[in-house]
Amino acid sequence: MTRELLTGWGRTAPTAADVVHPMSVDELAAGLERPPERGVAARGLGRSYGDPAQNAGGRVLDTTGARGLIDLDLNRGVVTAAAGTSLHALMRWLVPLGWFVPVTPGTRYVTVGGAIANDIHGKNHHGAGSWCNHLLAMTMATPAGGKITVTPQSDPDLFWATAGGVGLTGLVLDATFQLRRIETSRLVIDTDRTRDLDEVMALMTEGDDRYEYSVAWIDLMARGASVGRSILDRGRFAHVDELSAKQQRDPLAYHAAAILPMPFVAPPKLLNPLTVRAFNEVWYRRAPRRRRGHVATIPAFFHPLDAIHDWNRGYGPAGFLQWQCVVPIGAEETMRHIVEAFSASATTSLVNVLKRFGPGNEGMLSFPQPGWTLSVDLSADAPGLARLLDRLDDEVLAAGGRLYLAKDSRMRPSTMAAGYARLDEWRAVRRRVDPDGILQHDLGRRLGLV
Amino acid sequence: MRDALGAVQSVLVLGGGSEIALTTVRKLVGDRCRTVVLAARRPDELAGTVAELQAAGATDVDTVAFDALDPASHEKIIDGIFEAHGDIDVVLLAFGVLGDQKEFDADPASAAQAIAANFGGAVSAGLAVAHNLRKQGHGTLVVLSSVAGERVRKDNFVYGSSKAGLDGFAQGLGDSLVGSGARVMVVRPGFVHTKMTEGMDAAPFSTTPDVVADAIVEGLHKRRDVVWAPSQLRYVFSALRHLPRPVWRKVSDR
Repeated sequence: MTRELLTGWGRTAPTAADVVHPMSVDELAAGLERPPERGVAARGLGRSYGDPAQNAGGRVLDTTGARGLIDLDLNRGVVTAAAGTSLHALMRWLVPLGWFVPVTPGTRYVTVGGAIANDIHGKNHHGAGSWCNHLLAMTMATPAGGKITVTPQSDPDLFWATAGGVGLTGLVLDATFQLRRIETSRLVIDTDRTRDLDEVMALMTEGDDRYEYSVAWIDLMARGASVGRSILDRGRFAHVDELSAKQQRDPLAYHAAAILPMPFVAPPKLLNPLTVRAFNEVWYRRAPRRRRGHVATIPAFFHPLDAIHDWNRGYGPAGFLQWQCVVPIGAEETMRHIVEAFSASATTSLVNVLKRFGPGNEGMLSFPQPGWTLSVDLSADAPGLARLLDRLDDEVLAAGGRLYLAKDSRMRPSTMAAGYARLDEWRAVRRRVDPDGILQHDLGRRLGLV
Repeated sequence: MRDALGAVQSVLVLGGGSEIALTTVRKLVGDRCRTVVLAARRPDELAGTVAELQAAGATDVDTVAFDALDPASHEKIIDGIFEAHGDIDVVLLAFGVLGDQKEFDADPASAAQAIAANFGGAVSAGLAVAHNLRKQGHGTLVVLSSVAGERVRKDNFVYGSSKAGLDGFAQGLGDSLVGSGARVMVVRPGFVHTKMTEGMDAAPFSTTPDVVADAIVEGLHKRRDVVWAPSQLRYVFSALRHLPRPVWRKVSDR
């Protein structure tokens, strides 16, 4: 156990905790024993942008040592994996066997435990829902109940309080979930480059249901008539006969590696308004106006940023944050206004994504709800950023939307409470399973959840 | 907790009567700060301030009796504040007396007492704060130093030397806290127009509590180790620091 300074992926608010590195599921469960005064938090691969995997002055359990497959049913595609198993590892093992994870976010470097704690979503949300829609059971350790198996039938309250419950209702030790069958490891992609926001929203509304995966990259540096211009990528997994003769020799081939390390001494601020504007321009121009049936690999389609190790260091020592909101279908006007506000501001944003969500699930603090979600990367030292985001938070709430906890590092406690109507119900479950408040983290303290 | 953009939720002021500190607190409450503890020699005089901060949105405002000249009491008082109010994100160490060099010359014991308040009191209070911040694993101790300590001048060398000591202490404490999650930010204002300096001739680059408070808020946002107010003083003093003594005597003579 060592005292370590920890931050989230945005590298913004470091705090110190005693970090423990359990090497098995049993050792992980033991991490709740003899808790220190400031409690215990679980930390996976640290991809949440803010502070849910930090516990200032307390104990942090690094879950990544508790990894591996516990059970695998290749006929039904049901797998049980330890909480610290990464989606990267799962894909390396399972894709060649013809199975894919039910949901993947924009990075494969997240753990199964983190996927549950944030009820992560991906490009297939409009059809498949979020991670916990595919979660069949989990083994948890709770302060009050010890080691228990939780399914949606055995204890629906605890199950759905844990889905998106940012790790504050117990330690997830392992999870059993349903995989998706694939014939090949490649996708067939249709691309549309749109002039503006209206066009991309119209295309998604009209055609998303024909595709399993859909997402738009949106240029928030463009101004004037081009505000909200986007590249819409939609696709599905390819059948064997759609691959080239060479690809057909090994249709389930899967190679994923980080190819470009960030330079050890990165320029202080590689991603500044100048470079980002230029990048956005080039990125937009190089996309085809309209392309059908392009074949792409899993990493190229789902995880383009994973090709660069530690890309989060590109924003320099000030760090960065992500802001992700969802507003209901019908609140397109609010979404347009938000996009205009970012475009008109002095902020620098590189990785901006627009997606149309399908129905949400029963997760009490689960983020997705039917509507439009926009996620925006922002350098933390952009002038006027704090006020801009506070103002946009209010517009999101007024439209009946909310912000994603996995991305949050700065919202007001009242913004959280106003966006999540089932917060009190969630608190009641937490009181039942953790009456002494042993599970703690910085995000919980900041938003008044603990 | 401090958030990604430097907004804080709780603040403790040691020297709750300080205009610079209170101006800073008002700005923090205007953002996300909801817990304010004002520790001062005469807390009953702060009733108006308490009401004002509550009206501005602070939900937990408290005052505590604190005497810089009673170092034996500091640990207990400060531990008690952390115990009662939970996490403190920012501590402003803002007490101090300016005094008059001529009176210090005439009454050496009063000079020693000024040092005891400005430096000695800050050492006992600063160490007690550091202990608590280390324990909670986060938080910033903001120490109000002064350019008067950057290079001491003959017109106020008792005050100046107390700030020189304080500044050195704060830097050393900050270095000792690296890796603990806790930090120290040293603030070096120039001549500030406050009740402490009322009636005195302003020095070049004189400033106001508002400017200093803005610099502190900005420094918290950017996680700075040192803040100068106004910021040009950093460059002015990087030159003044190296002047030969005879030249410094002339330049600093007012």
